[in-house]
Amino acid sequence: MAELARTDLFDLHVELGAKMVPFAGYEMPVQYPMGVMKEHLHCRAQAGLFDVGHMGQVILRPKGSMEALIAGFEAMMPVAVAGLPEGRQRYGLFTNDAGGIIDDLMFANRGDHLFVVVNAGCKVGDIAHMRAKLADVAEVEEQTDRALLALQGPGAEDAISGMIHAVMAMRFMDVITAHSVFGELWISRSGYTGEDGFEISVPNAGAVGLAKALLAHPAVAPIGLGARDSLRLEAGLCLYGHDMDEGVTPVEANLSWAIQKARRAGGDRSAGFPGADVILAQLADGPARLRVGLLPEGRAPMREGVELFDRAEGGAPVGRVTSGGFGPSVEAPIAMGYVPSTLAAIDTPLWGEVRGKRLPVTVAPLPFRPSTFKR
Amino acid sequence: MMKYTEDHEWLRVEGDLVVVGITEHAATQLGDVVFVELPEPETMVATGDEVVVIESVKAASDILAPVDGEIVEVNDKLSDSPGLVNEDPTGDAWFFKMKLDDLSVLDDFMSEDEYNDLIG
Repeated sequence: MAELARTDLFDLHVELGAKMVPFAGYEMPVQYPMGVMKEHLHCRAQAGLFDVGHMGQVILRPKGSMEALIAGFEAMMPVAVAGLPEGRQRYGLFTNDAGGIIDDLMFANRGDHLFVVVNAGCKVGDIAHMRAKLADVAEVEEQTDRALLALQGPGAEDAISGMIHAVMAMRFMDVITAHSVFGELWISRSGYTGEDGFEISVPNAGAVGLAKALLAHPAVAPIGLGARDSLRLEAGLCLYGHDMDEGVTPVEANLSWAIQKARRAGGDRSAGFPGADVILAQLADGPARLRVGLLPEGRAPMREGVELFDRAEGGAPVGRVTSGGFGPSVEAPIAMGYVPSTLAAIDTPLWGEVRGKRLPVTVAPLPFRPSTFKR
Repeated sequence: MMKYTEDHEWLRVEGDLVVVGITEHAATQLGDVVFVELPEPETMVATGDEVVVIESVKAASDILAPVDGEIVEVNDKLSDSPGLVNEDPTGDAWFFKMKLDDLSVLDDFMSEDEYNDLIG
């Protein structure tokens, strides 16, 4: 196995007492001494600081016009890129010719370029994919000289606004450039916890200083990947490689909300993306299966891989849990998984097989906990 | 006096019964416990049988029967309050009590000092 990479904050994690684990080719903090449960609750109650520097930060710089870049990027996704105003960010999905999801991502219009953040585990492939598809219209520049921090939770704005006043005027999915003693910051009001908060791209040289400055705020605690996972699960957000992959379409993954009208049948820029025939047909007729929320009865968690049945005994599995665990804020086990659309209605009773026993589980609305974005 | 297994269980003699739980070290390693599945009382078990399932925020783990014998009592409190395993692993959060034919089998297990050497 290749040697694990480290983010700029590695030494700080160790200093803070983190337990480091391999994740997507990086040595990352899974938890700090506070522990997963308390970290999760702290983030929901106050503010949490996450190192997400393993994710890929990419600038798409137009070789010719921004319009040509935008059209080229839009041809990679069932998502509207044209029309995204400068200073705004949007959720995107690269699809393959079968309509499957290559990766999910965030992209921002930063005036004279697009800024893209992709998953750590997919970044090598994503960058190659963008270089191939955008060869004529853009330089694809991976930002290896920048770290990425996420500051999430109800106390996030207060924790950073003393340093960067401009964040107070930002709404969910706004992006700004801010100058600081830690270098030029690219800040978005977004995240992956269901909480209000920010993702902050900072030059490597300023990363530790910025992290320490934020951690100095009494509301802010460092949060590891363990709590990041339970936070995003409660927020009903997909983890790539688990809740979605190349074998699942955005419609099946219950991400149809990410497909704007312009790209759908009858829209101005309908189709013209990989897998459009499959995806548009599923939008019209409904998909055969769907990602749903699942609330197990009792306290036993139903984790990834648990098979789902439509009866308490006998029969073949009808679906599978793709993410599951305990929701510290929900105070109960929660899960997500795929079931046939005929069994996807809220409150549909199902059974999950845990250690050879069929335990009752009910289809539930997502998210499990309302998001608190500043719209 | 407590005895310890290599699977990080502690055993404590209480009259003619042996009380079984997991060590502080094990509880810390597991992380926050969110679910405990206990066996039925009056179950005969053999050494190494999986008798308890513990689920933490991270993963599921089994607790194995440390000796042959009969499980005569289980700690039902853990079903409703699995977090006790983290709060008081060597006290209130015992898992089950066993009846053994011969308590002298406990002599084979580690003393506290030996266990502390094991976990370093």
